[in-house]
Amino acid sequence: MLEIKNLHAGINDKPILNGIDLVVPTGEVHAIMGPNGSGKSTLSYVLSGRDGYAATEGSATFDGHDLLEMAPEARAALGVFLAFQYPVELPGVGNANFLRTALNAQRRARGEAEVDAPSFFKLARAAMKALSMPDDMLKRNVNVGFSGGEKKRNEVLQMAILKPRLAILDETDSGLDIDALKIVADGVNDQRGPEFSAVIITHYQRLLDYIVPDRVHVLSAGRIIRSGGPELAKELEANGYAGMVAEAA
Amino acid sequence: MTAVAETLDAVQSVTDGGYKWGFSTDIEMDMAPKGLNEDIIRLISSRKNEPEWLLAWRLKAYAAWLKMEEPNWAMVHHAPIDYQDLHYYAAPKKKPGPKSLDEVDPALLAMYEKLGIPLKERAILAGVELPEGELPQVAIDAVFDSVSVATTFRSTLAKSGVIFCPISEAVLEHPELVQKYLGSVIPAGDNYFAALNSAVFTDGSFVFIPKGVRCPMELSTYFRINARNTGQFERTLIIVEDGGSVSYLEGCTAPMRDENQLHAAVVELVAMDDATIKYSTVQNWYPGDAEGKGGVYNFVTKRGACRGARSKISWTQVETGSAITWKYPSCILQGDDSVGEFYSVAVTTNMQQADTGTKMIHIGRNTRSTIIAKGISAGRSNNTYRGLVKVLPKADGARNFTQCDSLLIGDQCGAHTVPYIESRNRTAKLEHEATTSKISDDQLFYCRSRGLSQEDAVGMIVNGFCRDVLKELPMEFAVEAQKLLAVSLEGSVG
Ligand SMILES: Nc1ncnc2c1ncn2[C@@H]1O[C@H](COP(=O)(O)OP(=O)(O)OP(=O)(O)O)[C@@H](O)[C@H]1O
Ligand SMILES: [Mg+2]
Repeated sequence: MLEIKNLHAGINDKPILNGIDLVVPTGEVHAIMGPNGSGKSTLSYVLSGRDGYAATEGSATFDGHDLLEMAPEARAALGVFLAFQYPVELPGVGNANFLRTALNAQRRARGEAEVDAPSFFKLARAAMKALSMPDDMLKRNVNVGFSGGEKKRNEVLQMAILKPRLAILDETDSGLDIDALKIVADGVNDQRGPEFSAVIITHYQRLLDYIVPDRVHVLSAGRIIRSGGPELAKELEANGYAGMVAEAA
Repeated sequence: MTAVAETLDAVQSVTDGGYKWGFSTDIEMDMAPKGLNEDIIRLISSRKNEPEWLLAWRLKAYAAWLKMEEPNWAMVHHAPIDYQDLHYYAAPKKKPGPKSLDEVDPALLAMYEKLGIPLKERAILAGVELPEGELPQVAIDAVFDSVSVATTFRSTLAKSGVIFCPISEAVLEHPELVQKYLGSVIPAGDNYFAALNSAVFTDGSFVFIPKGVRCPMELSTYFRINARNTGQFERTLIIVEDGGSVSYLEGCTAPMRDENQLHAAVVELVAMDDATIKYSTVQNWYPGDAEGKGGVYNFVTKRGACRGARSKISWTQVETGSAITWKYPSCILQGDDSVGEFYSVAVTTNMQQADTGTKMIHIGRNTRSTIIAKGISAGRSNNTYRGLVKVLPKADGARNFTQCDSLLIGDQCGAHTVPYIESRNRTAKLEHEATTSKISDDQLFYCRSRGLSQEDAVGMIVNGFCRDVLKELPMEFAVEAQKLLAVSLEGSVG
């Protein structure tokens, strides 16, 4: 279970998050929506431990572990995964090598046996097939020369292989064509189960037709101003944020 | 099992922090007094029972050296070297050939142990004979201080007509070859450090691959600097006749020391028609402490002559060590259609200074050269790529491709690219690309968010940056080099 209490955080001393309270019980999928610049990506970075994104007040725990005290790699080993809004290119680093190194680093940290190359490739090929990704993506350098949509799909591939317990997807649907959106949504739905929770950051109701969330939250100016069921997303789609933001102010 | 592969363990042990190979071995030394003069040169020559011509050659080099000045154009700085304050000759005390490991100097064995050399190979290195039927994959000619204490696997090589032995021995056993080729690529008076080496070199490796022979194993040498205040002046000469080929690996570590250690090696390669020489180096000499104190000064002259048509010389180097590196492995592309390659990774951290690169001299028609140089600088280090591509008038259709990439870690280091291009033939095509980049916080965070530690993330990004060079190394060396890169940059980020 992810528990965020009164979380205040800033980027290099500039306050961005102003008291966030959010609970995502194990097994649930929550969506976060909100205007540009409201702090959605900032929240995802604070939760995954990016340098420079420091909490000034409040807490964030996952299954009782104080996330804010942990190094990013320790959070990853605990099962926290962030699908980046802007995936990063790693020139010269093969996708397969990257993924296997990451998987084994996490497994080592958890005291599990490492996955050997043949089993890894079996695992990876199955995951790529499910995501309709061509095999040669494994040989290419991480995100280098990938199209916008391919990068997003590569994030979901990483999630499928690393099998996190908490996935934070930051606008993974942006830039995907309609077919890809469905494939990616299926990729997330495949992970759903009693041990998996997700926070899905999106601007579009459309994704939530495929991944039906348990709860929807609206983030504005670093605060959650409304929470509700899937119907809240539909309301936003129809009316926009303006009225809701004015009401909250 | 090869010593090279086993060295991985030794590399691994460095991970525990600091430079683990800093030790020196107390073996009784037979040492000449400090200083350099004609008498010392005569002493070296007579200790090695050298023929008169070689002594004359040395003395001529010495006379040339006296008239030369230390070069000062490289972007390196150091306190003046007192050439009279060094020993120019040291040899381990001769003992009769050991029959088993029990008879080998325990100090020597202890050193091999620290280096992570497996038991069997320790025996070989120490000159104990291999049991019948064992065929090693890597031949090692260990230069222990100035004298080769052991040369191995020669019988296997001899069957195919390959000569691989200490150069001091080649001088006595194959004088016609040595006299013909020594200094033929790098003349005794070529430059300050080459002249010094020519005057006082004590040993090194000699390789001769006869016509049509592909050397059946990779050849490897471990160099050690061991005696206090002893300059180390190896001399390597590799000759490959028509249609032959060889892959030579050179790797080294040095004991920790307080004084700066001078190292001025000379490597000459000669490739005849259709001959191929692949020369790979992983250089990890003691770089000095965090303040740069005590590291090795590495002033090397390496040059290969592609004398024959369609010959090929390929230099691949991974340079992580030494306080100062001054090194420009070069190719003289004389034969028509000959090919020169230079693949280099140079890493500098703390106070290290590296001024390294290559020279490609296009003389013959349709000669081609490729230069891929990757510089990685961290700490307060300085890393300079200096390269010359020269096309002479007769080199119709010459081609060069140069790619120089610099990766900066932190903001106190320096990376410099100094390309010189001289073309005197209009049909020549020369391309040059250069980039400078930093390891970005985005990249580091991306890796860490996937579970990699900060250090593994740096290692992964740096190895990605160097991929085009590392893939040129022979397999075992590539693995070792990857670890070495990660290890040498440990602690330089964040
Ligand atoms: N490095 C930075 N320095 C200063 N301000 C920053 C920095 N990064 C982000 N911000 C600011 O923080 C605020 C929140 O940004 P964030 O990226 O979290 O928004 P978002 O909700 O994800 O927006 P979007 O929907 O456009 O992705 C914005 O006003 C942004 O300009
Ligand atoms: Mg965002």
